[in-house]
Amino acid sequence: MARLTAPPQFLTTTLGKAMRWSQQQSMWPATFGLACCAIEMMATGTAHNDLARFGMEVFRASPRQADLMVVAGRVSQKMAPVLRQVYDQMADPKWVISMGACASTGGMFNNYALVQGVDQIVPVDVYVPGCPPGPQSLMHGILTLQDKVMSGELAR
Amino acid sequence: MAEPTSTTDIWVSGTEAPEVSEWMVAGTDEGAQEMERHETTERSVEQRGSRVVDDWVVDDTIDDDERMIVNMGPQHPSTHGVLRLNIELEGEIVRRVKPIIGYLHTGMEKTAETLTFLQGGTNVTRMDYLAPLHNELCYSLAVERLLGVEIPPRAQAIRILMTELNRVSSHLVATATNGMDIGALSMMMYGFRERELILEFFEKTTGLRMNHNYIRPGGLAADLPDGWEEDVAEILVRIPRAIQDYEDLLKENPIWMGRTQGIGIITADECLAYGVTGPTLRAAGVPWDLRKAQPYSGIEAYDFEVVTGSRGDVYDRYRVRIGEIHQSLRIVEQVADAMPRGDYKTGDRKVSPPPRQRIDESMEALIHHFKIYTEGFKVPAGETYAAIEAPRGELGCYLVSDGSGAPLRMHTRAPSFSNLQALPIMMADSLVADTVACIASLDPVMGDVDR
Repeated sequence: MARLTAPPQFLTTTLGKAMRWSQQQSMWPATFGLACCAIEMMATGTAHNDLARFGMEVFRASPRQADLMVVAGRVSQKMAPVLRQVYDQMADPKWVISMGACASTGGMFNNYALVQGVDQIVPVDVYVPGCPPGPQSLMHGILTLQDKVMSGELAR
Repeated sequence: MAEPTSTTDIWVSGTEAPEVSEWMVAGTDEGAQEMERHETTERSVEQRGSRVVDDWVVDDTIDDDERMIVNMGPQHPSTHGVLRLNIELEGEIVRRVKPIIGYLHTGMEKTAETLTFLQGGTNVTRMDYLAPLHNELCYSLAVERLLGVEIPPRAQAIRILMTELNRVSSHLVATATNGMDIGALSMMMYGFRERELILEFFEKTTGLRMNHNYIRPGGLAADLPDGWEEDVAEILVRIPRAIQDYEDLLKENPIWMGRTQGIGIITADECLAYGVTGPTLRAAGVPWDLRKAQPYSGIEAYDFEVVTGSRGDVYDRYRVRIGEIHQSLRIVEQVADAMPRGDYKTGDRKVSPPPRQRIDESMEALIHHFKIYTEGFKVPAGETYAAIEAPRGELGCYLVSDGSGAPLRMHTRAPSFSNLQALPIMMADSLVADTVACIASLDPVMGDVDR
């Protein structure tokens, strides 16, 4: 009589859940450092804060390989078309985190030079407040995005 | 005046009727720099950098087929922000480089005119975001020079303590990114690890990791926190130990040595001709340091040396930065040992708000407090220039006041901006692979360049 000795070698799930899980767990950010926030983004990725704990440490230089654009810093009028082009070059599914007050609203610079909120150019999924947001804030933003992807709210 | 030739009304006053070329009608071309349609073709191709304008002598004997123009940036991991380079290559050799800036232009000098002198610190601290305290100090010194107020010794000592720690953290980032750009990825991890130590102290003192607005006209925002002596003592122990680790890591590494020694050489004469200051100038052998040449905030009382190099290459600039970290820690140690007692801001009630307990007692004090934080204090009319030695070189603040509560004009002499214009000299006839090493060793901060 055959007996089951090994643990079962399969699991059941729905296709949508498996897809969301894989999207959530391997979200590769594009390097889109602009200003002060970029330094904090780098600090988030390096040893002390270690973004690798969330499967996010693979900052890609090419937008073709990236799923997530962290707009880190103030977006000038001159940078705006570049930002949009980089966003367009990213392959679907893709998400955008607006990091910091300047990227979200223009921050303290309400003048001729800055785009008053990057959501005028690209669709933003998560806004991270702060000037600049500390690594913990950025990690919270990333975890929020991951939760929203897993819950299906932002799954693509 | 020529009439506009098309229905799209594309013309600029004082010029000929422009040609409407294909790309303008189509909207964008490579780089997709143009959103607006109101520029002439000639001007736009230069501004976009699609054509490299000849501003020095070109060797015409080279066949044009051998030349290739490569665009680097503005979105590139090794351009330290949003610097864009037009690189003209002949095979593997860089013949010409044209830096294109302005991708981070924030209009800060204009914003400064709308903020009061007391609010101005929030603005300038975001310029060079790796050395926010230096920006604040420079701006505060300019305002104080116009005001003619005396800063108490304790405030001056804390200013030196904080700016020298800031220099250490800035040089740590410079060394870390220099290592990462050349391929020494662990250097990146180490540099940022030690930087966290200083940033934690900054956060404890000022409330923020960056963009502190801690040094203000008239003194400081707050005194040092309780237990700062232990924090500084820990920094003084751990950073030198870590620097030794970096030295072991890099000096024993033949790839690092090969990719930095003899690369990106700039001579002392070239540095002086282009207004290059800071570690780049000192690495070329010129012992020019504003802390010695034009001392500020009582830094002449402390004992330190000006670190210089001899060859002016990438390796020397790295050596100078490491040496300056040691010298800055020497200053920090002396400041911490001899920290004077007293107030952390000036007692001049025209500049400094009354203490909290006076507001409860006196109506006049309350009114005075309110007026300082709404209208701002009045600064006598005049103009001044104050300069300090920032981690990247001479950081200057030119300030014009018309006697009101906000500056009439504020201009910053940004060290990164002046240093960046020497990049074409540094990179002329070098190999294309050395491009990132040269940029990283200059350590430009684009927020400082574009403002």
